[in-house]
Amino acid sequence: MRDDIIKVEKLDLFYSEFQALHNINLTIPENKITAFIGPSGCGKSTFLKTLNRMNDLVEGCSITGGVLYRGNDIYREEDVFTLRKNIGMVFQKPNPFPMSIFDNIAYGPRVHGIASKNVLHEIVEKCLRDVALWEEVKDRLHKPALSLSGGQQQRLCIGRVLAVESEVILFDEPTSALDPVSTSKIEDLLDKLKKKYTIIIVTHNMQQAARISDRTAFFLHGRIEEYDDTEKIFLNPENKTTEEYISGRFG
Amino acid sequence: MTREKFESQLKKLDNKLLKMAILVEESVNKAVYALKNQDPETAREVIRDDAKINDMEIDITEKCSIILATENPVAGDLRHVISIMKIITDLERAGDHSVHIAKNAIKLAGEAYIKPLIDLPEMSVKAADIIHTGIESFINRDPDAAYQAALKDREIDDMHLQVVRELIFIMLTDNKKIDQALSLMFTSRFIERLGDHAKNICEWAIYSVKGEKIDL
Repeated sequence: MRDDIIKVEKLDLFYSEFQALHNINLTIPENKITAFIGPSGCGKSTFLKTLNRMNDLVEGCSITGGVLYRGNDIYREEDVFTLRKNIGMVFQKPNPFPMSIFDNIAYGPRVHGIASKNVLHEIVEKCLRDVALWEEVKDRLHKPALSLSGGQQQRLCIGRVLAVESEVILFDEPTSALDPVSTSKIEDLLDKLKKKYTIIIVTHNMQQAARISDRTAFFLHGRIEEYDDTEKIFLNPENKTTEEYISGRFG
Repeated sequence: MTREKFESQLKKLDNKLLKMAILVEESVNKAVYALKNQDPETAREVIRDDAKINDMEIDITEKCSIILATENPVAGDLRHVISIMKIITDLERAGDHSVHIAKNAIKLAGEAYIKPLIDLPEMSVKAADIIHTGIESFINRDPDAAYQAALKDREIDDMHLQVVRELIFIMLTDNKKIDQALSLMFTSRFIERLGDHAKNICEWAIYSVKGEKIDL
């Protein structure tokens, strides 16, 4: 039987008067990749941000319903700091801190109280190995992270999330700014990471969703039109609108 | 309407499939005509024209490959292209069986038949009919018509068993007739296999719409 790490119940989200999400109900399986697809403005990124309360930062944003992470409603917990440690996020554009490669990875553990140089070095090496960056940067760990290529920067940002031992990683179009080779490296990396982490990815790239995800949710006008195994969605979806969208005939 | 180029590619592919199916139907009809009327010239025509069917299979496979590589079809479109690739294999094999029948027609052209040929032509008409309806229902996205057509293959199977029984009886009663009886038995078997390929076509027509591969 599949274990669900996140369960969303009757979620509505409003930006002041405007309702951006309508009655979202879904469960996210642990150690799987779940993809959110849909046209621009359909609510998929908004929904992604509700999963670690990034929308708290948006003025006028309010929600009703529940988002349960390991059975606890994240909107009833006050410790957002720990929540965002457990549910990390990687953004569309690589955003390394303007500091060294080493310090980018060590930043999170330091904030969480780890001071030992040896421990930090172990964490940095492990995380860089996990994101397949170690061999490429081991001789220049103290060089600026901004000197890395776009693809390397994105892998560094993923390593930064791993360093704080997140359980769930949210990806908001993580490869849209990358070339095909860097994209392929990130996709391979996600496939390896799912053994240890639960991954949720928003993507506009249909083939990417088909290639890497286990489950796919199709969003439209702030609602989930269809949520099923990725193979089912791309081979034989239940919903005609889903088929029109994934086959490029929508709109 | 979006993806107009893709839609037009799919339509062209359907038209090519239709042309290939017509060639195969003609091939089956001519092969059995040659057998029944002891007409070796028509039989040789069937053998010669089989190259056209083989070329069409290669051409359609190439067109499907290009669509898969460049258009990334999914869902119903993907099933449609997959089904075309499977159907043309069945059509090509059906063409090969026509050639086998034509070769037997040439072999038997100078002999008096040991029995009247009634069942074999009837079986081939049924097989050609299933191919025709299977392709038509594939193009019209009509799984119900494909299902009904596929069921008719059982009639061909039953007739084949009847023909085999009859020929075994002839062989047992007159050993001079064994050689021709065996040729007719193989011919019956080729037509029975034609029916199986026709049924497969219907199954792919159903799959392309419903997404389920059923074994009828």
